[in-house]
Amino acid sequence: MSSATALRPPTVDHLGTLLAGQPLPAPSPWPAVNALRERAQTALGALAMPTLRDEAWRFTDLAPLHRLTFQPVLSAGGLQAADMAPFALGDAAIRLVFIDGVYAPQLSSLAHEGGVVVTDLPTAMATHAVALEAQLGSQQTLGNNVFAALSTAFLQDAAVVVVPRGVALAAPVHVLFVTTQAGAISHPRCLVLAEAGSRVTLVEDYVALQDAAYLVNPVTEIVLAERAQLTHVRVQRDGRQAFHIANCAVSVGRSANYQSVSVALGAQLSRYHLSVVLGEGAECAVDGLALLAGSQLADTHSCIDHAQPHGTSRQLHKCIADGSADAVFNGKVVVRPGAQRTDSAQSSRNLLLSGRAQIDTQPQLEIFADDVKCTHGATIGQLDAEEVFYLQSRGLSDSAARQLLTYAFGAEIIERIPVPSLKRQLQQRMLAQTGSQP
Amino acid sequence: MITPNSPVLIDVHGLCASINGVDILKDLDLTVRRGEVHAIMGPNGSGKSTLAKVLAGHTAYAVTAGTVQFEGQDLLAMAPEARALSGVFLGFQYPIEIPGVANSQFLRLSYNTLQAQRGHEELDPLEFDDFVREKMKMLEMSPDFLDRSVNEGFSGGEKKRNEILQMALLEPRLAILDETDSGLDIDALRIVSRGVNQLITPDNAVILVTHYQRLLNHIVPDFVHVMEAGRIIKTGGKELALELEKRGYDWVSAEHEAAGRARTQEVSA
Repeated sequence: MSSATALRPPTVDHLGTLLAGQPLPAPSPWPAVNALRERAQTALGALAMPTLRDEAWRFTDLAPLHRLTFQPVLSAGGLQAADMAPFALGDAAIRLVFIDGVYAPQLSSLAHEGGVVVTDLPTAMATHAVALEAQLGSQQTLGNNVFAALSTAFLQDAAVVVVPRGVALAAPVHVLFVTTQAGAISHPRCLVLAEAGSRVTLVEDYVALQDAAYLVNPVTEIVLAERAQLTHVRVQRDGRQAFHIANCAVSVGRSANYQSVSVALGAQLSRYHLSVVLGEGAECAVDGLALLAGSQLADTHSCIDHAQPHGTSRQLHKCIADGSADAVFNGKVVVRPGAQRTDSAQSSRNLLLSGRAQIDTQPQLEIFADDVKCTHGATIGQLDAEEVFYLQSRGLSDSAARQLLTYAFGAEIIERIPVPSLKRQLQQRMLAQTGSQP
Repeated sequence: MITPNSPVLIDVHGLCASINGVDILKDLDLTVRRGEVHAIMGPNGSGKSTLAKVLAGHTAYAVTAGTVQFEGQDLLAMAPEARALSGVFLGFQYPIEIPGVANSQFLRLSYNTLQAQRGHEELDPLEFDDFVREKMKMLEMSPDFLDRSVNEGFSGGEKKRNEILQMALLEPRLAILDETDSGLDIDALRIVSRGVNQLITPDNAVILVTHYQRLLNHIVPDFVHVMEAGRIIKTGGKELALELEKRGYDWVSAEHEAAGRARTQEVSA
């Protein structure tokens, strides 16, 4: 088995160090997958790890990542269904579980209805090779992104969701990525193809069963055909020492609808880059919450690209930073030439709970059409003293009042999750997390 | 209701308070006994709302002199929540909107905090729901207001009803109602007043801060105080409010100044 370091020039750099000693995956039985990997491996040769000098990374220092080494895990550990209980969603009948990046069929329950495919990549390839080969790794917005290329270079498996034309899946699909081993590196991948007029809810969920450092490097690709509707709930509840660097590319077809809620609670350093390209008359709502304490850093970059006319986008992103945490938000909305009648509204609202915490927010509008309605705005504030006093005047202690108000600030986003069991879990988690503040 | 020898509930003596270095309350005295209803009237800027907030413990105000004894305790030494738990309630002039906190959750949390403090059993959400719905009937409030965020999108009148609902739940010893009548139409004023009247007992007391006599047609005060420039310059019975309605505040002010001059002359004589 050759080593990925062979791809690199002999100079020592952080990418080279990360790749050192990581075996390239064994050749795939599907030529398209091999070709995809090779392209990514070639791309990696020309890429370097981003630094603070890169505009898109100026607030997110990867130095803590570079100080560590990570190893891939090649087989799923012997986990039992009971180990998954804390993360089980009662209302998600369909579940795909990956342990340290490796598919765990014994913990998964697959879809068998109406031609819906929810399964691992090899199983899906047996029946849907043409569609999957066409879409896997195909989204332009992932190009020259070092972490996305890294993921594709090591592509082994994926959670595949294919919803046929006109089919509405009532229950959400829960894709659970669990890290169990210290020092593990994994490249979780989701590929979602929602055919014309279909409807589905996807919960993409990252958890850990251990507290030590590890690296998750997910790539999610979503293609919505015309009139398809996807609700995409993304939960990053990794361990507090984890590194989580994720990329998601969404293509929203004509008159299709993409609703996304992403929640970042865990990891010492997390980054989520979401790219949405809207077709004609397409709609998206992209909402997010980062709830941070201690020395956590969470960076959300989003780009909503109105490539065609008559698109609608809504975005509400909230950060809550306590301790000496850092929250970063960069939200770009692009309106292409000809994307007339675009309707876009973006709001970044932020709550600073400590004098040592930091929030950097940057909403950006790039408009190249003249008949559009676009708004954006950002606020950073502390808890409102009048609200605290109001609650105190009703008997709540200062800390209970602050906890409730902090919770409420974040709850606005959690409320938008249409999966009641997940909503409850996150509400509990949020109450516990906000309660620990001084 | 004035009862001879009723125990003093709150005794405010020589109270001075300021905000951002500006003196608002200047040597204010006020004594309220159990069972009494006091109205505090006065022109804008006379310090009525400041008095209400200072008594409730608003941290933006600095108390620079004076004492406040509440049932024998030093009220000024207590945190706002400790005052609430001891039985002081402030009905806000502008109730705060708290998006994201369900009214039911807020009301139950507040109620249970007080129950725990009083050594009583807390209510679970179902028990509380029954309990609060009964109280809401008294105020002709729709149960829909339980599911909405605290005061968010409530009309002025709905917010004030929600304040009195909290008073009904918390059963304070002393309720200070800061312009509870502002923003109320005639029907809402009647409903809110009826609610307050039902909550008045010989054991508790109410201080009504108001601009208008019309509230006092519904909640009849035992004492009417006129505030000016941070102190009480005249005290009378309920008929004083009618006189103020007719004649305004200028004559009280003039009378007070004349009395002041007379005192100065006496002293210098």
